[in-house]
Amino acid sequence: MIEVENLSVVFGHGAKTVHAVRGITFHVAAGEVFGLVGESGSGKSTVLRALCGLAPASAGRIAIAGEMQGKRRDRAFYKRVQMVFQDPYASLHPRHTVDRILSEPIAIHGLGDADARIDSALADVGLGPTFRFRYPHQLSGGQRQRVAIARALILEPKILLLDEPTSSLDVSVQAEILNLLTRLKREHGLTYVLVSHNLAVIAHMCARLVVMNAGRIVEEMTVDQLRAGAPREAYTRQLLRASIGYDRAAAAEMVTFD
Amino acid sequence: MNDATLLAVDDLSVRFHTRHGVVEAVRGVSFALGRERLGIVGESGSGKSVTGRAILRLVPPPGEVRAKRIAFDGTDLMQCDEVAMRDIRGRRIAMVMQDPKFSLNPVMTVGRQIAEAYRAHGQGSVAAGRDRALDMLAAVRIRDPARVYDLYPHEVSGGMGQRIMIAMMLAPDPDLLIADEPTSALDVTVQMQVLAILDDLVRQRGMGLIFISHDLNLVASFCDRVLIMYAGRVVETCRAAELAAARHPYTQGLLQSLPRVDVPRAELPTLMRDPAWRDGKLP
Repeated sequence: MIEVENLSVVFGHGAKTVHAVRGITFHVAAGEVFGLVGESGSGKSTVLRALCGLAPASAGRIAIAGEMQGKRRDRAFYKRVQMVFQDPYASLHPRHTVDRILSEPIAIHGLGDADARIDSALADVGLGPTFRFRYPHQLSGGQRQRVAIARALILEPKILLLDEPTSSLDVSVQAEILNLLTRLKREHGLTYVLVSHNLAVIAHMCARLVVMNAGRIVEEMTVDQLRAGAPREAYTRQLLRASIGYDRAAAAEMVTFD
Repeated sequence: MNDATLLAVDDLSVRFHTRHGVVEAVRGVSFALGRERLGIVGESGSGKSVTGRAILRLVPPPGEVRAKRIAFDGTDLMQCDEVAMRDIRGRRIAMVMQDPKFSLNPVMTVGRQIAEAYRAHGQGSVAAGRDRALDMLAAVRIRDPARVYDLYPHEVSGGMGQRIMIAMMLAPDPDLLIADEPTSALDVTVQMQVLAILDDLVRQRGMGLIFISHDLNLVASFCDRVLIMYAGRVVETCRAAELAAARHPYTQGLLQSLPRVDVPRAELPTLMRDPAWRDGKLP
């Protein structure tokens, strides 16, 4: 479904060049949940943004459903690929009602029947019709993320790119959103690419994952290998150790990988 | 852990009068802290941050703070005037706020801010302030302290800003540190290193630490004792190591809803809230 070959993303030029992504390759099959995990600055979000055309690929190729993708993406692309952002406080227009937020993609793509589509999208994400004419500030964090997911789903895409969809939410709300994503994937036959810094979230959702550091893929593995606690690379072992909880002895041994 | 009580909070309540009525952010919280690491966990809106601020009397009017007593090292903070509080804030009790973006002065280099925090409470010279700031930057694992000293807050990343905040608060050598989500902006490996610094300060210098966090796993592994807050009330207190055996359904619900690396589950159990918890009743 998604093929990324030798992708690089470079920002700036001259002395201020930043190599955000340095030649990475991975494949995602249809119907799979694929995880990208890494610390800040590892380039994981940039990969996601490059996939949907928000960041420029400076080298390498991206193919989605067999079609090569260039710099500009057409409308059909966005009908197939949608994204959910990290912070639902920033990704919803503060002066638009939920109704207007959800009707915009329908209008852009010239799909009719906006009324029924909005109602069913809201029902899909577990929000009743009473939410339709509210503003984002009248919603809680979890409800906003549900609206953001509804906006992504309203075009009936095949691929959903999820950039830290639960990292700004409380754990009980995180559980609800992760359950919602699991159900939607089953009901709509979606393919997910999930970016997170939280190994537990990735392990819960994904079957296969890559660990990124400093723009490179450190290791690709299945979630069973991760659960068995036997990552091949020292970097991954350290990440796994640090995400279990605090340990004075382990903290003393932490090193920086470049 | 030392048994001597450093801070005793007795029946603390905080209310805010808003257009939509009175919000009771904290409702009758009492606890005592020795020279130990005390965790306060809860979800957003549970009153954990407001509790931390109220101890330092940082809740401005029209916010209303009531307490029978907030005893810190023999003085009742509720009875102190602003002049006395100024000597306590920063010097005796320091607080690391959640977001470095809003807590650092944007028009002053971070090094000068740390030096200022040190010199404001001591007799140190300008040179001593600079040395202290460089030492503290090194202590929070900043790789090139001399370079970072001269940076402005907008030039540093969120994680580094958070470490600078911690360096600044630790510079005057406080007896008690209130840390409000001090590591939530940090990567897990850096988080471990910063926690190790706080850990050493508690063990070696006998500093008291109130660690406010929403991360149950982190608190369970890092702290000595944990208070679990819900709707402005402490619903449960337990030893951190025994958090997994917590009895309150809210605590259990929170623990259950965490995804785990080692246990695959098709669906995460979600938390069912019982209105009775608000009144502090165990069902």
